[in-house]
Amino acid sequence: MKRNRIRTAIAIGVVASLGATACNSKSKTAADASKTTPASSPSGADSGSGSAAPSSDGSSSTAPSSGGGTAVAAQNAAVGKIFNPSDEKGGTLRYANSGDWDSLDPADTYYGYSWNFIRNYGRTLTVFKAGPGATGAELAPDLAETLGVPSDDAKTWTYKLRKGVKFEDGTVITSKDVKYAVERSLDKETFPNGPTYFNDFLDLKGYKGPYKDKGKDLKAIETPDDNTIVFHLTKTFSGFDYFAQLPATIPVPQASDKGAKYKEHVISSGPYKFATNNLGKNFEMVRNENYDPASDPDSGRKPLADKITVALNVNSDDIDNRLQSGDLDVGIEGTGVGPAAQGKILSDDKLKANSDSAAVARLWYTAINTDVAPLDNIECRKAILIGADKTGYQRAYGGATGGDVATSMLPPMIPGAKKIDLYEAGTKPEGDADKAKAALKACGKESGFATNISFRAERPKEKATAEALQQSLAKIGIKLTLKPFPAADYYKLYAGKPDYAKTNGLGMIIAGWGADWPDGFGFLSQIVDSRVIRPAGGNTNLGVKLPEVDALLDKALQTTDKTAREGLWGDIDQKVMDSASVLPGVWAKGLLFRPENLTNVFVNNGFGMYDYAAIGTSKK
Amino acid sequence: MLAYIVRRLGVAIGLLFVISAVAFAIFFYVPRLAGATADDLASRYVGKSAGTEQIHQAAVKLGFTDPVYVQYARFAKGVVMGSDYDTGPSVVHCPAPCLGYSFITQNPVWPDLVAAMPVTLSLALGAAVLWVLGGVATGVLSAIRRGSFFDRAAMGVALTGVSLPIFFTGLLSLSVFSYALHWTAPGGTNPMDAKNPAGWAYALILPWTTLAFLNAAAYARLTRAGMLETMNEDYIRTARAKGLPERTVVIKHGLRASLTPILTIFGLDLGLLLGGAILTESTFSLPGIGRYAVIAINNNDLPKVLGVTIVGAFFIVTASLIVDLLYAVVDPRVRIK
Repeated sequence: MKRNRIRTAIAIGVVASLGATACNSKSKTAADASKTTPASSPSGADSGSGSAAPSSDGSSSTAPSSGGGTAVAAQNAAVGKIFNPSDEKGGTLRYANSGDWDSLDPADTYYGYSWNFIRNYGRTLTVFKAGPGATGAELAPDLAETLGVPSDDAKTWTYKLRKGVKFEDGTVITSKDVKYAVERSLDKETFPNGPTYFNDFLDLKGYKGPYKDKGKDLKAIETPDDNTIVFHLTKTFSGFDYFAQLPATIPVPQASDKGAKYKEHVISSGPYKFATNNLGKNFEMVRNENYDPASDPDSGRKPLADKITVALNVNSDDIDNRLQSGDLDVGIEGTGVGPAAQGKILSDDKLKANSDSAAVARLWYTAINTDVAPLDNIECRKAILIGADKTGYQRAYGGATGGDVATSMLPPMIPGAKKIDLYEAGTKPEGDADKAKAALKACGKESGFATNISFRAERPKEKATAEALQQSLAKIGIKLTLKPFPAADYYKLYAGKPDYAKTNGLGMIIAGWGADWPDGFGFLSQIVDSRVIRPAGGNTNLGVKLPEVDALLDKALQTTDKTAREGLWGDIDQKVMDSASVLPGVWAKGLLFRPENLTNVFVNNGFGMYDYAAIGTSKK
Repeated sequence: MLAYIVRRLGVAIGLLFVISAVAFAIFFYVPRLAGATADDLASRYVGKSAGTEQIHQAAVKLGFTDPVYVQYARFAKGVVMGSDYDTGPSVVHCPAPCLGYSFITQNPVWPDLVAAMPVTLSLALGAAVLWVLGGVATGVLSAIRRGSFFDRAAMGVALTGVSLPIFFTGLLSLSVFSYALHWTAPGGTNPMDAKNPAGWAYALILPWTTLAFLNAAAYARLTRAGMLETMNEDYIRTARAKGLPERTVVIKHGLRASLTPILTIFGLDLGLLLGGAILTESTFSLPGIGRYAVIAINNNDLPKVLGVTIVGAFFIVTASLIVDLLYAVVDPRVRIK
């Protein structure tokens, strides 16, 4: 009898401990695990890890932008400064990716981490500096001697190439190699993944790329000599230096080009070259002996490791575990650890000291549809912005770890962002019911009104946002009905299709947006310019229709003075917030883990993740 | 017997054809019924900033602008005769059975599946040996020692094994054995990269054990139930009365009769696994067919998903056929004259 009791007690203990472990695991993994977000998302707007930029964490935008460093582990020790600065070479850097690369081909890649990593095997005309904090968001000349020289009202841009830069086989790189690289990137049948900025801005005159238009010369790019390249645009564009940092300007030797198969062996012009490349599985890089650091004085690259290994398609939870156990150095996607690891890291002081909260240039927001009554009345829109509980919005995205409460559209790390808080999101984030009711009265809807709020059904964070807004706005009499839609067609057929949204009364549309690079044009043009709204759908501008904003955007594109141009981005943000047509939600952040053996590690504002062109390892 | 096998093979080929047609229709025709245009489908396979013209170019290249039956005929022709694909500067031939060309990675599906197959085969067969031996042995011992401490403990462990999903036991065992104790290979170790059988087994021992633990539990319970029923049959009493040794009674008379349902379920389990051990391969980051399928699904890479579906169906159909043939070996009563 006694033995039976002991057995029963043991059995209960085992079951209880298993249950507790399972529950613990479940609670940590229950949140939205959309960890692998590409810079480009075929479905539209926001899944980009794009290039984004960190702030530190609250004190971010004022964090020291360069210089200095520390070897003392502390949370955010690699934000705004270098953690464990080092010049020591050697060792192998081990990266892992929970998904597959879109493509290693410079013409066909659109992931933010890929643009960060590509600096290891390719040199673009200009480049985001390898430097901590705001330094990383500054452009520096790379293959070019200086930044671009504009002429003809910034419709023509000229770059002089550095002399003596070589491909991995020792061949000298000429401007014709850069021209060929851009030409081939125009062929979107062969390279569908890459961005289309050159297609959109170059004066192509029907040119379809070197494969379909063999032997034809593209007049929009001229190479008067081996060291000069000239781009002719169809319209004025003051920010062309940002285009010049796109991977498509990495030179490609025409003789080695195999079109869609070039990704199997990309010819390096950077400090590393491919030793092996098993597509979809892994690849290995070794030093490129034909890379001369003397030819690379401005980019800030620091190729410290002797070898780089990258494993692809690795389970994301396994990546987080291996980072903590020291079996891996970097989770390459740079979007932060998953919910399970987040809980563990934040509750353990030692692990927490090895983490960095990196802000990215991404905004989670809710568009207010001015086509749907009574939201065509600005006072009713103001009632939403004043009355909504922004802390609920933040909680939906994981609290402070997921990001800061946004007070306007432009994330603070984007040059030109101003502190704008018209609706007290910073001072009264829980909302102000009295002021909101006053706005409702001014709108003629004193007792409130009813409207719909749409979100992507597969995204628990968006659902939680909708529920939080429903709850908080109910307090002032605004009744929201939740309308989930499939993510794949959200922009194409539903929320992003103006007549559908209007007919179905989608008054509020939950969305998100990440910039391709930390610049006002990259962040704002697709979400506030009314002229990009297409009746057929697929829109990412979900309701901002302000002529004065369109005019400011045009003015910015014509302003070649950097400081003046950046000031205009802040003005545009102000105008949009004045119109109360967007409820800003959260400026996103990711929790990065920094294994102890990493040296010279820092978050780069150009990419919103660790800088992969300067990182080293103490493990030899 | 030969005629039976030929007839079954004919049916199997017909079944694969039907499965491929149904799967193709689900992927390419159903979205059309829901109102999606060719350009809507193509918009998933271009970059974020692609305009209408670029999306339409992609639709034409991917063949979405053709009627669905033309698309299927092109796919079927590729399976039988191979296909040609434009890589830009040149056209490459994808030999039969091509199984389509990826929308995302732009390479033929079949060589990918061939490359992933050894990993899945290694995982499935190794784990199958472990779970059959472990599960059946435990089930037999539990049955003949019914009510004993061993029986209760084994069935308790079996219940736990059945209840715990592999993404839980897998991650837990990786944390303990690979990252804390460093006894086993870390996740993502490709067994096919090993230079010798020991390295191959080292990479697989943890996935094998984890997968076998889950399945062995079910087999132990099934074997125990079957054995308990069989051991109460009259012919067992007769065998014992004849003075046969207990081992012969249990193995030759008891276990053999209980094997038929186990063989059925084993065939289906193995067939399913060969079509991709999705959870195990994902948990341990093994580059097999299951992991390949998950990535393809995440990326909406329909040709790859279609390829995995057909290969998975092939394994299940084949495994069913082999099981049916093995019935005759195990149980003389169903032998075909």
